[in-house]
Amino acid sequence: MKAVKLARDTWLIFQRHFLLVGRSPLYVVFGLATPVGYVFLFAPLLKLALKAKGVTTYTQAFRIYIPGLLTVMAILGGAYAGFGLLRELRTGIIERARVTPVSRLALMLGRALREVVWMLAQAAVITLLAIPLGLSVPIGNLLLAYLILAILTLFAVTLSYAVTLTVRNEAALPPMINTVSQPVMLLAGVLLPLTLAPLWLVSIARWNPFYWATNGMRDLFNSDIGASAVWISVVIVVVLATLTVTWSVRVFSRLVR
Amino acid sequence: MIETTGLRKSFHMGKGRKSTTVEAVRGVDLAVAEGEIFGFLGPNGAGKTTTLRMLATLLKPDGGKATIAGVDLQEDPGEVRRKVGYVAQGGGTWDEVSAEEELVLQARMHGFSKAEAKRRATAALEAFDLTEYAGRRCKTYSGGQRRRVDIALGVIHAPQVLFLDEPTAGLDPQSRAHMWEEVRRLRENGMTVFITTHYLEEADVLCDRIAIIDHGEIVAEGTPDALKREISGDVLAVTLNGDTPQAVEVLGALPLVNKLEVLEEVGLRLYVDSGATAIPQILRVLEASGVEMDAIELHRPSLDDVFLTKTGRSLREK
Repeated sequence: MKAVKLARDTWLIFQRHFLLVGRSPLYVVFGLATPVGYVFLFAPLLKLALKAKGVTTYTQAFRIYIPGLLTVMAILGGAYAGFGLLRELRTGIIERARVTPVSRLALMLGRALREVVWMLAQAAVITLLAIPLGLSVPIGNLLLAYLILAILTLFAVTLSYAVTLTVRNEAALPPMINTVSQPVMLLAGVLLPLTLAPLWLVSIARWNPFYWATNGMRDLFNSDIGASAVWISVVIVVVLATLTVTWSVRVFSRLVR
Repeated sequence: MIETTGLRKSFHMGKGRKSTTVEAVRGVDLAVAEGEIFGFLGPNGAGKTTTLRMLATLLKPDGGKATIAGVDLQEDPGEVRRKVGYVAQGGGTWDEVSAEEELVLQARMHGFSKAEAKRRATAALEAFDLTEYAGRRCKTYSGGQRRRVDIALGVIHAPQVLFLDEPTAGLDPQSRAHMWEEVRRLRENGMTVFITTHYLEEADVLCDRIAIIDHGEIVAEGTPDALKREISGDVLAVTLNGDTPQAVEVLGALPLVNKLEVLEEVGLRLYVDSGATAIPQILRVLEASGVEMDAIELHRPSLDDVFLTKTGRSLREK
């Protein structure tokens, strides 16, 4: 009974927030413009840069590059999710919902799921754009990679919620996000794979969950579904997302009675 | 309909050694009858919004007891939410969504089915004179229209009690009058309305009963008329042009002045039994002591005078 209500309320909040995406064309345009730009501009560069590693075709370049791009989008898209939540707390939108019997948990989950679904939509657009340019991926592998991306996004979003709600300072957030996301992205090997990196850098990167997610998705794009990075990345994102969802729910319900 | 005893709330500000505790509400006793429009007055920071937020289930009280529509606030806030509506001062609507969509969502959040939510939304748009703009996005609404949407959202589930936080703040006089009409109409339908306000006129004209809160405690409660009657006699507002301290000294010494308040630099308020007989004496005394006066005005006590005597502050100053 409780689960049914939670599902219904989450769906309700999710619907509203998805509607809001459609209502802001600028949000959609700019949400897609950057990754699409990168697909067109960076892939040729990567093909040349990775020549030494045996990359000779666009297919190979995209198989390395697209998973990295998806990780970047998950990190950045997730990091800024807390902003929206903070704004809605300030403007009274959440307060209005709180004086209804709507599930508190749904208020947060509905929003987080919107971010996840929107991320998958962006990922689909990018993949579709890269296919005519030379990308080819087995459909099963692609779907598994999207699953990793979805859970990775949920992790990033709920981490952002928990941190934002703890800090509760809109001015401090952008520099914080910058400071954290730059090294995290670099150490995930999102643009250039860390196979090019010196050993000490790789040993640091091994502690970065985004590194594993990127590698897992790369192996999937390379049709190597049996690679160890695939199952390791699945385990890592599931464990981390579970932790951050729990944490953010705690912070949220302490704040929102 | 609303009953509270000893309702308390304090906040901890800062962290570590520098932290202080602010007692925002320190024991509020209230009783609001069914179908009443109850006004809650107080200067900024007096604890009115904190009290309101506790009653609307948004803040957990530290102590005391409250019963709303027969439900214990502490024991079952979830049930209270079914029986009350709450409209925050700033409202709370998405700019990019229409009033109709907001109303449907609000009804759905209250647990109504899609069809029932739609039906209620349509009825609410009609009732609040919003049908014309129903499909337009909220960001295109005027202040008054926005306010009506906010209230329609607050009453979509036909609550027994409606909490309104400063419902007419920032509205032009016409929209304000319109809002009063809406509130009266809700009351006619049997709703109990609890509003906070810092407009004395609003409290006077709209509210059946009011309570004044200051420093977290209720300092006065009653009908506006009864409160005004408590201050017997007349009020003389004197505007000086010169030595205020001396005027305070000589006028304060007069036996006919029951109470004297200093407003700003040059304004005095004198509470006397009869203004007509007091004025000549006051003029004489001031002239004898050489203090010049610009104006003297006689009036019956207003709610502002009630406020001033109860809290030592004037609401109009702000």
